[in-house]
Amino acid sequence: MEILVCVKRVPDSAENEIEVNGEGSDIERDDLVYSVNEWDNYAVEEAIQIRDNVGGSVTVVTVGDDESEEVLRREMAMGVDKGLLLADDAFEGADGKGIAGLLKAAVEKGKYDLILSGAQADDGAAQVGGMLAAMLDYPYASLVNKIEVGDGKLTVGREIEGGDQEMNEIAMPCVLSIQTGINEPRYVGIRGIRKVASLEIPRLGAADLGVEAAAIGAKVKRLDYFVPEMGDGADMLEGSTEEIIAKLIELLKANGGLK
Amino acid sequence: MTDIYAYITHKGGVADDSAMEMVAAAGTIDAGAAVTAIVTGSGADSDKVADEVAASYAKVLKFNLDALAYPNAEVVRKLLVNALPADAIVLVPHDTFGMDLSPGLSIKLDSSFVADVVAIEGMDGGALKVIRQEYSGMVSTHVTADIANGVVINIRPGAFSPDESKSAGGVVEDRSADAGDLTTRRTFLKIVEAEVGDVDITKSDVLVSVGRGIEDEDNIEIADELAEAMGAVVSCSRPIVDAKWLEKSRQVGTSGQTVKPKVYMACGISGSFQHMGGLKGAPFIVAINKNIKAPIFQVADVGIEADILDFLPELTEAINEL
Amino acid sequence: MENALIAPAEYFIFFIPTIVFSLLIPVIGVAIFTYIMALRTAPLIKAAPDNRFDRIPQRIYHVLKLWLGQYRQPRYRLAGVVHMMIFAGFLILSIRSCSLVIIGISENFVMLGFGGLLGDVYNFLKDYAATVVLVACGIAAYRRIVVKPARYAVPAKYGKDHTAEAVFVLGLISTLMISESLFEASSVAANVQNGLHAEFLAPASLAWLLKSALLSTPVETLQAVHIVAYYIHDLTFFFFLCFLPLGKHFHVITSLFNVFFMRIDRGNVKPVVYGIQDDQLDDLESFGVKKLEDFTWKHLLDFYSCADCGRCSDNCPANAVGRPLSPRFISIKGRDLIFKNYPIYPYGSRFKKSDALIGSIYEEDEIWSCTTCGACEQECPIGIEYIDKIVDLRRGMVDEGMVPQSLQKPLRALEKRGNPWGKMEKKRADWTKDLPEDVTVTDLGKGKDSAESLYFVDSITSYDDRMQEIGRATATILSRSGADVGILGKREKDSGNEIRRFGEEMLFQTMKEMNTDAIVDSGAKQIITADPHAYNALKNDYSGLPPVEHISQFIARNVKSGAIRLTGAAGDGKVYTYHDPCYLGRHNDVYEDPRTALDAIDGLKRVEMKRCRDRSFCCGGGGLMLFYEPEEEQRMGVLRVEMAAEAGADVIVTACPFCLVNMEDAIKVAGLEGKMEAIDLSELIVQHMQ
Repeated sequence: MEILVCVKRVPDSAENEIEVNGEGSDIERDDLVYSVNEWDNYAVEEAIQIRDNVGGSVTVVTVGDDESEEVLRREMAMGVDKGLLLADDAFEGADGKGIAGLLKAAVEKGKYDLILSGAQADDGAAQVGGMLAAMLDYPYASLVNKIEVGDGKLTVGREIEGGDQEMNEIAMPCVLSIQTGINEPRYVGIRGIRKVASLEIPRLGAADLGVEAAAIGAKVKRLDYFVPEMGDGADMLEGSTEEIIAKLIELLKANGGLK
Repeated sequence: MTDIYAYITHKGGVADDSAMEMVAAAGTIDAGAAVTAIVTGSGADSDKVADEVAASYAKVLKFNLDALAYPNAEVVRKLLVNALPADAIVLVPHDTFGMDLSPGLSIKLDSSFVADVVAIEGMDGGALKVIRQEYSGMVSTHVTADIANGVVINIRPGAFSPDESKSAGGVVEDRSADAGDLTTRRTFLKIVEAEVGDVDITKSDVLVSVGRGIEDEDNIEIADELAEAMGAVVSCSRPIVDAKWLEKSRQVGTSGQTVKPKVYMACGISGSFQHMGGLKGAPFIVAINKNIKAPIFQVADVGIEADILDFLPELTEAINEL
Repeated sequence: MENALIAPAEYFIFFIPTIVFSLLIPVIGVAIFTYIMALRTAPLIKAAPDNRFDRIPQRIYHVLKLWLGQYRQPRYRLAGVVHMMIFAGFLILSIRSCSLVIIGISENFVMLGFGGLLGDVYNFLKDYAATVVLVACGIAAYRRIVVKPARYAVPAKYGKDHTAEAVFVLGLISTLMISESLFEASSVAANVQNGLHAEFLAPASLAWLLKSALLSTPVETLQAVHIVAYYIHDLTFFFFLCFLPLGKHFHVITSLFNVFFMRIDRGNVKPVVYGIQDDQLDDLESFGVKKLEDFTWKHLLDFYSCADCGRCSDNCPANAVGRPLSPRFISIKGRDLIFKNYPIYPYGSRFKKSDALIGSIYEEDEIWSCTTCGACEQECPIGIEYIDKIVDLRRGMVDEGMVPQSLQKPLRALEKRGNPWGKMEKKRADWTKDLPEDVTVTDLGKGKDSAESLYFVDSITSYDDRMQEIGRATATILSRSGADVGILGKREKDSGNEIRRFGEEMLFQTMKEMNTDAIVDSGAKQIITADPHAYNALKNDYSGLPPVEHISQFIARNVKSGAIRLTGAAGDGKVYTYHDPCYLGRHNDVYEDPRTALDAIDGLKRVEMKRCRDRSFCCGGGGLMLFYEPEEEQRMGVLRVEMAAEAGADVIVTACPFCLVNMEDAIKVAGLEGKMEAIDLSELIVQHMQ
């Protein structure tokens, strides 16, 4: 099976590190470190496992810049066969639809049975996978937490409300967006990355993809970043621990919290 | 102004809360607009839903077909593309169904798409200005969408207060005949239900809920003791289940259980919307977290800046002494 | 000398001269033995290289102390003494045994040099030696069959009980002693009966007792006993010789070599491959041990040498808390695999191709459970090494991507941010903000400054709210003692002690390179740290650094010189006990300095736990071990605080931030809050500094 996985390089966001910059135009990126989007990593692991079971190859693709190569190499160190970088100044500022259009062009340059992406990334839009599927006219399933390979088709489980699983049969070629927890991704260390350091990663620009720069024009744009006023928010209890506990117990009693 | 449509999700003959929320959301786009609801399904359940929402929507388009018995997003998308005008404004809840449906729908309708919108500021020229969040809710952004060719907007469940005024008095139109060709290459098979755990957290009035702040599996004991003292039940957020420290049946959230307790103790929980999405009704929320910037403090009624590992045992002791 | 009985060399059985047997038995015995030994040597030749031929004088010293001197045996008193008896007996009797073989061919053979007085003294001694060995065998058999000490037990998952093998060998040894004594006693008895000159037997020895019993036995019977006893001895001797390499008694042969080739350095970890430099590591095809022959020949020799005594597992903290690790069975399973893959029987069998070790004889969790505390290696009387093997197995798993999810996050964080919590580099020195007014610490990460003394803080002390207090206490001690203190600040990366021991060698090399550059740039002449894991890494795994010492050594030195003065404890009514951190004590031999520091506080009441110094019990582990989620029945820390309570203490003093984390946690989990507290050495000293 020929599998393509779409990945994105995103900032590691733990512990108070994401803040809005001085002008409000972006998040403060000076001290950020980047890695592959967690959902995408699960998708890559799934692709590798499928390939190891049924044969074929896995290609990983991203829309980005020179720095995005590190993310492709990391996934190649995990066991992906090929990497592909879509980079061009013209891609700057593309919205979700623009990105999906670029990926579509890349898909059409190859022949893939299965296209995977992570269910969502740092902006939480969860859109590129579904858009790509519609552009290609492939069937789509999102939030996939289980894949079983059958004869020319797949049985997939989707994670839905209440922790239930919606089982579907989907024909190939198709696009699936992958939910975290579908598998346990293998570890990739520095050594693994060094081993793939000199592998070639082809780079495709607007001309290679046959995409008009104008067509990428974004219809959905971010105006700014801000942190909303706390507003009313919670009533913060102050004082010594004893005082806080005493007040809390009063409030709990009043609201039926203590039996 | 272009027509505004809202896709109604429902289960067991009852419309989801988002149905009323979308009425409010539509109002922020165009206060006087007549909003049309779309109800798909098969059988008596969807009839009931159509009738229920008719009170709040100017018009209800009902599609009752076997193919729609289960809301398969691929099927529904085809239907909507057949039934909707090209430049429509379509509202969909940003739940697991909406995430499945909308991105592809926007492509097929050749319209814009904005996901997980938490607030709508209104029209700004030919563009719609909305507010979204990024990085798990740590920052917010203002976003404009060019809606000249229409737009699909996924609204975050619970972000808009439901409009319960039921002042629209709409007409239900059965449009099943206009559904068109609904063949797709994805077929619904069945639902595999989540395993029922030893405890049903949806039945408890008081929940002591733990998040990442509990730090270690062994510390959950501290929550158990508080729950016991309060006559409550222990629940948790997703990371605790992913780490396998508690069963899935204890998870509160959009991919876990929906709960409607009277009192909710959010201990070491940051308050991501996926978690809060599982908390319905208007519980008295107490947030205890050592990170003063955690989003939970914006939705809680009472907040305490403390390390739960220190605070909870002291609280338990004090309650036990009562 | 004239003898009443006919010697085996001259005897005839049904017209067959028994000398034929005297020749055949040794020849066949030696042939089989040689064949077996050749097969046992084969895997060692295929194994990875190891550097064990350096520092010969040191190695000879180890042989004298551990092998000949049986130095570690008495750590288990009764078993130790019994073993020393058997060992000494064997050494003494080795000469007699060899002579006996030849006596069967040439009746009057006497070993070179044992003709005169030496021979007589020897003959006297050997009688007692045989007696002592027999008594020891009796005690040993009693312990095996009746007492059944817990450490000999074989948990069900590891297979059948080993008691039968043990008792069988005790039986063989006893047979050797009795048959040799009977051979001698029968001849002496016959000579005495016939008024001939008889060999003088040591009074009350086994041979003497047997002779006394045989004094009235008819000569024909004595003759039969003499011959039969001889050939029983001969057969048993060669049978035993060939049996040795087949089980746990291989140690009889290999222990000398195992101790000779034993590890000399402590605290460090072996290189990935001996002979490959750090900068050549990238070219290696495979890292670590994945199959049997990836182990070095010394490690395979370790497997052979395991005497199945169980002392390692008895002291292993992971084993004590129910983790799936038992060091003894790492060796036994390894040994059994070698036996299986290099079969002796049937003759000429092909060697089997090796499978992956993880998933066949070893489980992932088994190998990840080890805290590298070193208690097993400290205890083993034969010098078997475990830590290097565990690290090599982990290197193999990391190379294959088999890392538990709970460890992947901190490893990624270490790679990106230089600390396992993923906190920002620029916040690494934030702990200095709350230093007392008079304490100055230069942040070398900020610019062009330099400092005489570098305080290497390491990750947990820099970022953990509670451990930052150790950082402040340590800086206070250094500064107020007049040292010119600097810290690397954001240029400091995790020392990498655990990164290396968890098998992520290349990430460790990265940390090492960055830290070494930063330290060299700082111009520091000495490094001090309060973190024993950092101390161990900088001292033993890094190179090219100025001298490193632990804060306890600094305090002890300055207390003795008077540079640090401490107030008294003023009868605070508390009882203190010092917990030896593994990486300060066992791995680096720093036991006295922390105690000197504590005892310099006048009136401080201090007790020792039963398990102290090199028998200290690991707190649960540090570094990456804090993130690993093991399957265990309870926490190591809980066992340790219970030991402290048992010793009558209400304060545990420790000199390691990880020990402190684990102790404070354990106090809560064990429900000892209010009854027990934990404090770091630096904090305690600062409290008493004048």
